[in-house]
Amino acid sequence: MSTVRTATTGRIHSWDLSTGVDGPGTRFVLFVSGCPLRCLYCANPDTWHMRDGQEMSVDAVMAEIGKFQGFVTTAGGGVTLTGGEPLLQPVFTAEVLRRCKEAGLHTALDTSGFLGTRATDELLADTDLVLLDIKSFDVNTYRKLTGGELAPTLNFATRLERLGIPMWIRYVLVPGWTDDLESVDALAAFVAGLGAVERVDVLPFHKLGAAKYEALGVPFPLLDNPVPDPELIENVRECFARHGVQAY
Amino acid sequence: MTITAAAGTPASEAWRGFAGTAWRERVDVRDFIQANYTPYEGDATFLTGPTDRTRAVWEKVSALFPEERSRGILDVDTHTPSTITSHAPGYIDRERELIVGLQTDAPLKRAIMPNGGLRMVENSLKAYGYESDPFVSRVFGTYRKTHNDGVFDAYTPEMRAARKAGIITGLPDAYGRGRIIGDYRRVALYGTDRLIEAKKAERALLDTCASSIEVIRDREELAEQTRALGELTRMAATYGCDVSRPAATAHEAVQWLYLAYLAAVKEQNGAAMSLGRTSTFLDVYLQRDLEEGVLDESRAQELIDDFVIKLRIVRFLRTPEYDALFSGDPTWVTESIGGMGEDGRTLVTRTSFRFLQTLYNLGPAPEPNLTVLWSPQLPCAFKEFCAQVSIDTSAVQYESDELLRPCSGDDTAIACCVSAMQVGRQMQFFGARVNLAKALLYAVNGGRDEMTGEQIASPTSPLTGEYLDYEELSKAYDHVLDWLARTYVNALNVIHYMHDKYAYERIEMALHDYPVHRFMACGIAGLSVAADSLSAVKYARVKVFRDASGLAVDFRTEGDFPAYGNNDDRADSIAVGLVESFMEKVRQYPTYRGAEHTQSVLTITSNVVYGKHTGNTPDGRQAGQPFAPGANPMNGRDRHGVAASALSVAKLPYEQARDGISLTTTITPEGLGHAPDERAAHLVGILDAYMSAGGFHMNVNVLDRATLEDAMEHPENYPDLTIRVSGYAVNFVRLTREQQLDVISRTFHGTL
Repeated sequence: MSTVRTATTGRIHSWDLSTGVDGPGTRFVLFVSGCPLRCLYCANPDTWHMRDGQEMSVDAVMAEIGKFQGFVTTAGGGVTLTGGEPLLQPVFTAEVLRRCKEAGLHTALDTSGFLGTRATDELLADTDLVLLDIKSFDVNTYRKLTGGELAPTLNFATRLERLGIPMWIRYVLVPGWTDDLESVDALAAFVAGLGAVERVDVLPFHKLGAAKYEALGVPFPLLDNPVPDPELIENVRECFARHGVQAY
Repeated sequence: MTITAAAGTPASEAWRGFAGTAWRERVDVRDFIQANYTPYEGDATFLTGPTDRTRAVWEKVSALFPEERSRGILDVDTHTPSTITSHAPGYIDRERELIVGLQTDAPLKRAIMPNGGLRMVENSLKAYGYESDPFVSRVFGTYRKTHNDGVFDAYTPEMRAARKAGIITGLPDAYGRGRIIGDYRRVALYGTDRLIEAKKAERALLDTCASSIEVIRDREELAEQTRALGELTRMAATYGCDVSRPAATAHEAVQWLYLAYLAAVKEQNGAAMSLGRTSTFLDVYLQRDLEEGVLDESRAQELIDDFVIKLRIVRFLRTPEYDALFSGDPTWVTESIGGMGEDGRTLVTRTSFRFLQTLYNLGPAPEPNLTVLWSPQLPCAFKEFCAQVSIDTSAVQYESDELLRPCSGDDTAIACCVSAMQVGRQMQFFGARVNLAKALLYAVNGGRDEMTGEQIASPTSPLTGEYLDYEELSKAYDHVLDWLARTYVNALNVIHYMHDKYAYERIEMALHDYPVHRFMACGIAGLSVAADSLSAVKYARVKVFRDASGLAVDFRTEGDFPAYGNNDDRADSIAVGLVESFMEKVRQYPTYRGAEHTQSVLTITSNVVYGKHTGNTPDGRQAGQPFAPGANPMNGRDRHGVAASALSVAKLPYEQARDGISLTTTITPEGLGHAPDERAAHLVGILDAYMSAGGFHMNVNVLDRATLEDAMEHPENYPDLTIRVSGYAVNFVRLTREQQLDVISRTFHGTL
C-alpha cells in the first residue's frame, strides 16, 4: 500500500533511544511537546508547552525513525510516542503511528488517558500497546496531584479493554501522595479486572528533573518530598501481585 | 615424520575415539576440532558451582592480593632473568592444585625479563623499592644488547621527536610487543616431540635455498623455535608432566595447554599475552572423559576453574608509568569463546559455558579477558547466559563473529582487545597508535606542537585566518597525516626489526605454522575529538586564539554542530573518512617482513594520557581533558542513548580497520529495562542489533554511578569490582584516581 504523504506537522521536544523502560525492547522514543496536566512530580517540565517544541513534519520524523528501524526491530523493540501528552496533538500522533505500522514497526503510545477521547478508533488500531499512566486511583488526590480529573483515564482504560488493545499500567509511587496502600489496592483490583493489562510498572518518584525546573525558573513543588524506600516499593508491587497482576 | 602411530604408542592411546584424518597427518588443530567437537544448544542449568577444593586454592592465592595491591607488587626475583626453564617449580597449594605451574617459584612473585630493555627492569625495581642485581645490569648493560637499545640506535631524530611530543605513543620500544598468540592447543594434541619433528621438517625445506638475509633469519628462528620446544618439555618435566607426548585425558589436555602458555609468559613480558581459542578444543577432551565416565560435571568445572585461577595470576614486572597508561597491571590473557563454524554449526560447547561460569565460581575478575565471538545465529540459551553474566559481572566483551569469520575463518582468536588472528597461522607486529586529535592541531600550527611550540612535523604554512576554514584545514590535515603515516610506519619497522633480533618470541612462534602471515598493526586514537573538531569547523564557526608566537592555543565555537555518536551522517561520515584516509596513507609505506597493514581504533585506557598531552581542540574539548576511549563518541556528546551511539560506531568500516574497532558502553541496570528478569533478553537484542548493523566490538558495563563513587572512597570494599574499558576489563580499585573519574564521567547510558 502506498503511503500518502501529507503536510502534517507536530511539535516535538526531542527523541531518544531507550531499552525496556518505554515498552518492550529497545525503542525509538519520540517526546512530543505539550501536556494538559501539571503533575506535581513531573520530571519533564520542559515538555509542558506545545509552543516550546520544535515543529517537525511527519515525514521528517519518519526519516529520523527510519535510521533506527533495523536496530530497534532486531532488538525486539519499536517506536514509542510519549511527551508531554501525545494525544494533545492527535492528528500528528495518529499519522506517525499509522506510518510506523505501515513500516512494520511495533508501536506504543504513552499517555495519561486524560485526553483519551481524542484518540480515534483508527489511531488505536495503529497502536500495538498503550502505556497508560494512572497517576492515582483516588479522585481527590488525582485532582490535587495533576490538576485534572481521574474519570477520563478510567473511561479510556475501559475502552482499550473493549477494543482489546494491550496495556501496561504505569504507577508513579510518590511518598505522601500515592503510597496509600488502600488506594493502591483499589487500583490493583480495577486493573486486575482488565484482561488487556499485561503488567504494571511501579515507578519510584525521583527528583532528577529538578535541574530542569531551575533552568526554567519554575519552582519544583516536590523538591523536598522524600523518594520511596525499597521496602515501600516492594509493598506496592506485592499489592498488585496479590490481585494477580504482574508488577515490576 | 611419523604420521600414523602404530598400535600401543602414546598417540593411539591419547587419540582414542577421535575422528578425522587430516589433523593426524599435519599439524592442524582446527581440523581436529571440526572433526570432534560437540555443539551445545542447551542452557546453563548443567553447570556446577565451585568445589571446596577450588575455593580453598582460590582463597589461598586471593589472600595475597591485598598486600600485592598495597605494595604494587608482592615480590620479585631480581637475580634471575626469566627463561622457560629459569625457575624451580612453584605452587599455590601443592596438595590441592589440579593444574600446576607458576612463572617463578612462588605465586605472584614476578620475574625480570631484561631482553626487552634493561632500563625498564631497573626502573620498575626501583619504583617498588628493590635493588637491581649488579650482575644482571652488567650482563645486559655490557655483554647482551636489549631490544630497547637496538631501537634507539636506529630511530631517527624525527621519530624521537614524534614519540616525545606524544603524537605517536605507547610504542613497544622498551617493552615486549605482545599480541602474539601461540597455538598452545598444539602441545596438548600432538605433544612436543611431534611438534619438534614438524619444525625440523619446516627448517629442512630451507636447506636448499640460497642463504639470503631472509633465509638465514628464518633458519635461525626455526632453530630457536625447536630449542624452545625442548625447553618447554624440560620445564614441564619439573612439574612431573611429560608433554613430549600428546595429552591422554582432559586433565592432561588442560595441563599441557597451560604449560605451553606458561612457557610463553616465562619467556616474554608481552603487552598482551593472549590465550587464543581454547574452550571448544578442551571440550572435546572433557566430553570424551565424561562419556568414558572418568569424570563428572563437577570435576570438569573444577579443571576449568583451576586453569582460570592460574590465568588470573599471570604477572609481569612493569613500571608504574606503564600501568598508568594501560591501567591496573594488565596482561590481556584473552580467551575467545563461542562463534559459529563455517559449516553453520555453532562452536559453542559446554566448555564455553564453563569458562563463563568461572566468573561466578571465582567471582568477577578482569583476567582472563573473556571475549565472546557474537553472532545473531548463536544458540539463544548461550546468548542469554552471556548477557546475564555481563549484567552480573561486567566482565565479558563481545566481538562480531559475522565480521571475523569471512575475513579469517572460524578458528580466529582475539589478541589483546580487538585484534583478530587465525590461531597459529597469523601474528601481528603491535604498533600502538597515533594521536589524530593532536595531528589536527599540527595542521593548524604548521607542524608545531601546540603544547611546546616545537616544530615536530615537517613544516607547512600555519593557518592564519581569524576563523578556521574547512577546506583549508582539511588540506593541511591531509599533509600532516601523510607525514604522520610515514614517520609511524618507519618507526614500527625499526621496532619490530629489533624485537625480532633481540627479544624474539621463540616458544610463541614455535606454535605457529611456517611461514606465518604477519600484520603490521597500526592504530589511531582521538578519532571522536578529531571528527567533532572537523564537524565544528564545517557546520559552526570556530574562532582561533593565538599566543605571541602565532601558535593557535585556543578556540571558540560559535553555533551548533552535529557530533559523532548520534547516528547523524553529517558527523559520522567525517569519522568514517578519517579511518579510511589514514588507512590508505599507512598502506603507502612498505613494512618490515612484508607485513600486511592494518589499523585499530582502540585506546584501552590510554585515552586519559593522550588527552593529557593534547591542547585545546576546536570541538570545545579543553587541554588535558581525556579523549573518549577507542572509537567511542566523546563523553556526553552522544545525546540519544546507547543505540544511537552504537550505530555511529558501527558505520566505521571494518575492512579499513581490520585490527579492530572498540566501543565501550556503560549502562545502568535500569537502562536495560525496568523489569530485572528482562534485562538479559534486552542486552541480547542490543548485541544482535549492533552486530547486525556492522558493529565490531562492544564492551558492556552494567553499573550505576553510585557504586563507582562509593568504590573510589572505599576501595577496600570493592576488591573485585570489574569494569570494561575499551577492549579490556580492569579492576576498578586499581585505576588511578584520574582514570576512575574519567570512567565515572563517561556517559552513563540509561534512563534514570
